[in-house]
Amino acid sequence: MNWTAIAAIYRFEMARFFRTLLQSFLSPVLSTSLYFVVFGAAIGSRIDEVEGVSYGAFIVPGLIMLSVMTQATSNASFGIYFPKFIGTIYELFSAPVNFLEIVLGYVGAAATKALFIGVVILATAAVFVDIQIAHPVAMVVFLLLTCVSFALLGFIIGVWAKNFEQLQLVPLLIVTPLVFLGGSFYSISMLPSIWQKITLFNPVVYLISGFRWSFFGTADVPVGLSLLAIGGFTLFCLGVIWWIFKTGWRIRS
Amino acid sequence: MAAILSIKDLQKTYDGGFQALKGVTLDIEEGEILALLGPNGAGKTTLISTVCGITTPSAGSVSVGGHDIIDDFRAARRLIGLVPQEINLEPFETVWNSVTFSRGLFGKPRNDALIETILRKLSLWDKRKSQIKELSGGMKRRVLIAKALSHDPRVLFLDEPTAGVDVELRKDMWDVVADLKRDGVTIILTTHYIEEAEAIADRVGVITNGEILLVQEKNQLMRQLGQKQLEVQLTDPLQEVPEVLQRHGVELSKDGRALIYSYDTNAERTGITALLNDVAAAGLTLADVQTRESSLEDIFVGLVSGEAA
Ligand SMILES: Nc1ncnc2c1ncn2[C@@H]1O[C@H](COP(=O)(O)OP(=O)(O)OP(=O)(O)O)[C@@H](O)[C@H]1O
Ligand SMILES: [Mg+2]
Repeated sequence: MNWTAIAAIYRFEMARFFRTLLQSFLSPVLSTSLYFVVFGAAIGSRIDEVEGVSYGAFIVPGLIMLSVMTQATSNASFGIYFPKFIGTIYELFSAPVNFLEIVLGYVGAAATKALFIGVVILATAAVFVDIQIAHPVAMVVFLLLTCVSFALLGFIIGVWAKNFEQLQLVPLLIVTPLVFLGGSFYSISMLPSIWQKITLFNPVVYLISGFRWSFFGTADVPVGLSLLAIGGFTLFCLGVIWWIFKTGWRIRS
Repeated sequence: MAAILSIKDLQKTYDGGFQALKGVTLDIEEGEILALLGPNGAGKTTLISTVCGITTPSAGSVSVGGHDIIDDFRAARRLIGLVPQEINLEPFETVWNSVTFSRGLFGKPRNDALIETILRKLSLWDKRKSQIKELSGGMKRRVLIAKALSHDPRVLFLDEPTAGVDVELRKDMWDVVADLKRDGVTIILTTHYIEEAEAIADRVGVITNGEILLVQEKNQLMRQLGQKQLEVQLTDPLQEVPEVLQRHGVELSKDGRALIYSYDTNAERTGITALLNDVAAAGLTLADVQTRESSLEDIFVGLVSGEAA
């Protein structure tokens, strides 16, 4: 393993993040605050409690997941697409690194950024509502796995994309709707029963449910299933990346 | 000396079916400078990209320092530095970070002193904290060179390093190349400037249509180049070279209207004075006199157009 190279890629990617640190920091703070103003104050005052948790607190895990998933995806996809776009990718190809090392560098950096944003949102939320974390270890595991798996997904999208439109396409048309419909802001039990069944086909439901369980100890679906879902999704992305590595798909001419 | 770069029957067919390399075989000795000349689309960049791992070969093999570029890609690529033809740089990054990134990517431990030396040599030290987008085109090209040198390559590929670079800077780059050669670095450069090949190369290779036409010692080419021809045009055609002129080794043109005398410009005596005296002694009337010189460019153009015909 060329660890020096992995560290170099990681640092280079993080530098991009630090150049816009204020922006990276302020935008989650701002959006979280807005969510609390809109959902917490305006709507929350009417909903009161969900499954024994105040609505303001109830949406926190969903809010974190929403940002972490979209940020991990877009950061990783942009991270690998940009060198393709401006041509600096020649350097990765001509360096003594293999595909795994490239993936570790880019995905590691994208996951770190998403993690940072998740933590910022959690801290901001703590200003508005009282947050208790019932299962901290599980919380960290869920959060980390989500950061990594969605960064892997983003990396795949970045390799696949041939232009900026395609780069936006998957996050916009697939990830964001699935996350919004995945119970970020409501409990599945609040839906009519037919929609409860349909919702179970949305993989994001399992991730958000498990994450929420780690906070409040209540879940829409069994926690084991949630772990299985996130583990399965991570393995699926790794599988696709392994296949890209083997075939050189959309990488080398 | 052993070949540090050995290319055997290398072929490359792009996805669209276009064959850009049609079996290139080339050995490059350690420490030499090879200039690759060839018209646009000849396959120079493709050849370099394939050796460096940017494109995958369709057939054939390449080894660098005895390491196969596929089976032992890490060892092979560690030896190689590449300055690409296109200026591809992350616009928002600083010069310093871009260059140290390259060193890290090649698995080398941090070495700020070395990076400083390289940046100073390329007159980039004052610009180390500037973002790439703030640099001029010539500076960006030097950043590419600094990146390639950051990991101490033993083999350096320069793909048109002086395209769009002013005369002064071109000379500076030649100096850098000369320094590298002194350190024993093997250099393969492509260029469209014949005088560049003349100035710095040990050997010259000509490539066209994906094939190597010729690889020759530059000095040998220069010797041919040192040959000049004097053409003496006559008012009245001759049947044969007059007796008095035969000792000069002159030839008669096909129509008998001109005497052609080849001489070496590098020689102490060209023999022109004696020849012209004898021409006068033979009672020949001159219509015109002209000299011609074959340049590397002539040889090059002749080769390439001969191939196309
Ligand atoms: N990615 C690609 N896909 C298909 N064809 C390509 C690709 N890259 C290059 N070619 C073709 O291969 C041939 C050789 O191109 P190459 O870039 O190697 O030429 P070159 O000798 O470097 O030319 P120049 O002096 O203009 O830089 C050209 O006909 C070009 O159109
Ligand atoms: Mg080229």
